[in-house]
Amino acid sequence: MKEAISLRFSKFKKYITNEKNQKFVVPIIAVLLGFGVGVLIMIVTGRNPLDIFLSLFKATSGFDIENIWDNTFNGDDGKIFNPRYIGEWLVFSMPIILTGLSVAFAFRTGLFNIGAEGQLMAGGFGAIMVGLLFDLPTIIHLPLAVLTGVLFGAIWGFVPGLLKAKFNVHEVVVTIMMNYIALFTFNYLYKQFEGSTNARTLPINGSASLSSEFLSKITNLSRLHWGFIFVILAVVAFWLIIDKTIFGFELKAAGFNKHASKYAGMKVNRNIILSMVIAGGFAGLAGVMISIGTFDYGRVLPAAEGFGFDGIAVALVGGLSALGSVFAGLLFGALKAAQPIMQASGIPKDIANIIISAIVIFVAMQTGIKQFLGRFKDKEEDE
Amino acid sequence: MDTLYSMLTLALIFSTPIIIAGLGGLFSERSGIVNIALEGLMMFGAFAGAAATVLLEPVFAGGPNLAPWFGLTIGLLTGATVSILHAYLSINLNADQVISGTGINLFAVGATVYMSEIIFGQQRTEAFNKGFIKTTVPGLSKIPIIGEVFFSNIYVTVYIAIALVFLTWFVVYKTRFGLRLRSTGENPHAADSMGISVKKMRYIGVILSGALAGLAGAVMVLTQDTQYTVGSIHGTGFIALAALIFGRWKPFGVLMAGFFFGFSQILSFYINDIPLISGLPFEFFNAFPYAVTIVALVVFSSKSVGPKAAGEPYDKGKR
Repeated sequence: MKEAISLRFSKFKKYITNEKNQKFVVPIIAVLLGFGVGVLIMIVTGRNPLDIFLSLFKATSGFDIENIWDNTFNGDDGKIFNPRYIGEWLVFSMPIILTGLSVAFAFRTGLFNIGAEGQLMAGGFGAIMVGLLFDLPTIIHLPLAVLTGVLFGAIWGFVPGLLKAKFNVHEVVVTIMMNYIALFTFNYLYKQFEGSTNARTLPINGSASLSSEFLSKITNLSRLHWGFIFVILAVVAFWLIIDKTIFGFELKAAGFNKHASKYAGMKVNRNIILSMVIAGGFAGLAGVMISIGTFDYGRVLPAAEGFGFDGIAVALVGGLSALGSVFAGLLFGALKAAQPIMQASGIPKDIANIIISAIVIFVAMQTGIKQFLGRFKDKEEDE
Repeated sequence: MDTLYSMLTLALIFSTPIIIAGLGGLFSERSGIVNIALEGLMMFGAFAGAAATVLLEPVFAGGPNLAPWFGLTIGLLTGATVSILHAYLSINLNADQVISGTGINLFAVGATVYMSEIIFGQQRTEAFNKGFIKTTVPGLSKIPIIGEVFFSNIYVTVYIAIALVFLTWFVVYKTRFGLRLRSTGENPHAADSMGISVKKMRYIGVILSGALAGLAGAVMVLTQDTQYTVGSIHGTGFIALAALIFGRWKPFGVLMAGFFFGFSQILSFYINDIPLISGLPFEFFNAFPYAVTIVALVVFSSKSVGPKAAGEPYDKGKR
């Protein structure tokens, strides 16, 4: 028995110290440590850390464990299952999966796109503009709105790409600045539409809306919308471009070694611009999800909502891959969707933000985590 | 004319946090560590400063109003403490400095509001009674023009910012420490070969930047706000980063750029009073510093400005 356990343990050690596996072992460790920090902070500040997980479970499954408990043992008659939570979970996840794809795509080319936030605002605006100004049959109107949003996001990504390629200006600084320029520019433009107040525009024409009565009905009136189809398309597109085309290969090559790529005859500068344009397109689509999916009207924002920064977390935890971004997006989406539930059950909802930030910090520490895992390896070789 | 004087005074007040945080960024980037966490560090400083002021005000009630001074000190210390995390990640673990900075910015949003919930039971700190109070310096305020702008209805914190600019200039350009700090940001290998500890210099650079950003956050909340909310800093840390770049990583450059950006912010309050700009939306003034910085980056791009080694982890074996 003891031997079996130690054998299994040594297999486990071998698994986690294998460099190939570390691509997803390290993010998983970062996620676990991030939750660990959350639990620790809850305990230190005198709250019950179990509430985090109950809220997360309710947000992702729709089942209310507390009510199930009370119904069974105390004879209460609380609601035990509400599919609206599942719908809202997906609503929260969709945009950050897309901003995750945006950040991951640029990262593959060696570019750090901190500007997903601004590209998202640009995309959201583009879709609302088409939704408000035109009145067309859905079959034309909706695709036009979505594509315009993607285009606006792409344009917002084009600027830092161009400046990087032509003037070698660092994209991190430019994209940060572009975020704020987007916030103020589109706030101003939203207010210029007929009938807009200082807080929002009129609702868009129904023909350009992604919202769906059917999806809303089967999830007990959540805001779930057709946008998930576009998310799936985007994930497939990401995978196709990065893994299946020569263009994707060139992008990755530029990410590994710019000079070698240039020497091999690749058009590195053109690829930098295209990479930022595509990254901007993904983020623009994220904005579309929110503007004509979740809300159906344009919102004047007091501040950035952080979807772009969540996208950085998603991309890093997802290992910069398409499928990884989906899982990471669903995880962080669950943390976001659990916030109202946390608030309702009396724990500070910001613990979710603390957990997300702790995960990012632990991902940044990956060299340290790898060194730590490496220690197990050395021991084994000594024995 | 009176409007112009009061505008300049207000611009000085609004540029104070930008200048102080910008100087913080200068210490960090001159040592070779990019610090986009200025925003988050300012939030920590602002939260700690506001919370300390709220909690200490009853203690000092009746006596001289020392609570905001303690607020500043605690904001400064909080910023310095949190920045150690950025230093450890960037210097010891060779982490990507932008990721680490992003993590701290996100952490600031969660942690400051969470702590507000724990201490005050709400999403923001309680409002403090006074914070800093505008003063008019007797005597000096009688000087024509200068007295109106610099010594009437102004916060003491403005003088702190200006003094810090001179101090930073002296430390960075006139001391041995400053020379060493700059050398680790320009060419860490050369610095290392001369026996300078790159690690130590960079730690000092980052912690100084955290201290100054924390101070800037506390100054901002105690002069421009009545309590700390998650929106108290609203991008000022990034404007400070812009001022650092626009000021070409030089102390007096930061001063001028910070004042310029502060001025452009307060212009939006006077849209209706000045014919030249009436009709422009206030969003224009809000977006202005960011747009100018992008233009400046393009203009500077042909010349090499900024610390050469900033953003790169120091690898002893690399040539």
